[in-house]
Amino acid sequence: MTTKRLQIKNVSVKFGGLSALQDVSFEIDDNQLLGFIGPNGAGKTTLMRVIMGMITPLSGSVFLDGKNITGLRSVQRIHAGVALGQQIVKPLRKMSLLDNVALASGGAKLLSPLRALMVRERSEEREVAQELLIQVGLGDHVQKLPNELPLGFLKRLEVARALALNPLLLLLDEPLAGLSKPEAEQMADLIASLPRKGLSVILIEHNLLQVQRVCPTLYVQSNGRALAFGDTNKVIAEPEVRRAYLGVDA
Amino acid sequence: MTYEIVVLTNMAIAVLFALSLNVITGFCGQVSLGHAAFLGIGAYTSAMLSKAGVPMVITFIPAMGTAALIGLIVGVASLRVRHDFLAITTMGVVFLFTGIVRKQELLGGEIGIAGIPAPDFGRIGLLVTSLLCVLAYLLFTIWIRRSWTGFAFDSISEDEDTATLLGINVPKFKLFAFIVGTSGAGLAGALYAHQVRFIGPDSFGFVESISVLAMVIVGGIGSIWGVILSAAFLSALPQFFQVIDDYKLLVYGLLLFGAMRFAPDGIDGLLRKVSRWRAVK
Ligand SMILES: Nc1ncnc2c1ncn2[C@@H]1O[C@H](COP(=O)(O)OP(=O)(O)O)[C@@H](O)[C@H]1O
Ligand SMILES: [Mg+2]
Repeated sequence: MTTKRLQIKNVSVKFGGLSALQDVSFEIDDNQLLGFIGPNGAGKTTLMRVIMGMITPLSGSVFLDGKNITGLRSVQRIHAGVALGQQIVKPLRKMSLLDNVALASGGAKLLSPLRALMVRERSEEREVAQELLIQVGLGDHVQKLPNELPLGFLKRLEVARALALNPLLLLLDEPLAGLSKPEAEQMADLIASLPRKGLSVILIEHNLLQVQRVCPTLYVQSNGRALAFGDTNKVIAEPEVRRAYLGVDA
Repeated sequence: MTYEIVVLTNMAIAVLFALSLNVITGFCGQVSLGHAAFLGIGAYTSAMLSKAGVPMVITFIPAMGTAALIGLIVGVASLRVRHDFLAITTMGVVFLFTGIVRKQELLGGEIGIAGIPAPDFGRIGLLVTSLLCVLAYLLFTIWIRRSWTGFAFDSISEDEDTATLLGINVPKFKLFAFIVGTSGAGLAGALYAHQVRFIGPDSFGFVESISVLAMVIVGGIGSIWGVILSAAFLSALPQFFQVIDDYKLLVYGLLLFGAMRFAPDGIDGLLRKVSRWRAVK
């Protein structure tokens, strides 16, 4: 049996009395693009935050490449190879887009202030950043500050920054939201081109059209519970999914 | 001449003290309302050793070390608190410090420590030593600012959670800022003890903590040059005007409030605005 890139085992999360996740399990292989859909409040963002170590689950565990990372802090998970592009964009507003991305590609320097103190050169990281920004279509704006740009652009910055961490597993929380139709299509194409040996992607998205177009596998969650998992077209055809997500009676 | 030398030495010490808080509050974004405690720790350490016969310059090292050690402990204790709570925690440190010192016979209690030996090289020598310390610390902070540590600080001061998601080990960087900042304050304290040659718990209280914070904020949070200017200026004021000395807390409190309300980027921001405005004209 090959080890899975990511395994989620029986994860449950409660916020006060509210069950945000109930006994959720799924897994994804290397070199895979998994679509992740579910109505608002389904617990998608919460699950991403559990994988990132930003929320400690009530129970359950998370494995990356067969290694149990449940006890690791967020920063350790990032250096172990998980990266998140958040649903609510969080650019550093006092630095250029280029520096936002360059900082993320700083690697091991960011783990120790003493090591970071020895280095002043940023040109290598800026080159990497420049390429990534071009890749997400922000090549013309690298020197701008985040406040000069509309939300759609900041969404792409979020993706570029997550990619700069050079992850094994990339989590993208609604990266197409706020983009125009052609932009969304372009972004979806870009995301579809990412998976390779050594990189798997989980794409949370409301834009079902794009998900169906680019994701071969789909995971559906509703009210904090796993509803379906498998081949995208089959999953979408399931009556349960149609009822919960699409609001159509099968 | 002596008077000018005293004023200049006091200014140099104030600049060093403000630069040290600038690392914690300006670079790393951690507001401290208790920085004078570390000035005091340095001053007491240096004064005691100096009275025991250790040469002043040698006392700098343990003065910085003790301040940094306590700074590290305070840093660890406040890793989990943010913003307003951090301000309250650090404020507690300064009250704790003066409270403890007052009760210690060994540290002179309420009365303090008098008869701290003058440095062998006289007043001018002390001024030169102070200026050299300022210069060394200044160069070190400029170095930090331009290194990847400064780069990481920029993100931490803006948004810790985002910094973490970029792979930055935020707690370690914060502790580093605390160590560098508090050791700088310890050094300033050692110089101060030999400048005034008499120290008591009242010299390192809440008022002094607010004054130094006012210097950093009026200078423009994080801006090295702005902080130097404002610290030099604000430390000279009470030396020339007795009124300001009498109403220190009020004056510095108002300055702090005014700067945050009307010029959030301090002198540095104002200068930038003026130069931009000129450029437009
Ligand atoms: N930090 C929080 N505290 C309390 N409730 C939360 C918190 N985060 C999310 N929730 C709740 O958990 C549920 C799942 O939220 P979320 O994971 O954001 O859903 P989704 O991303 O699928 O829209 C929602 O009912 C939301 O209100
Ligand atoms: Mg969400």
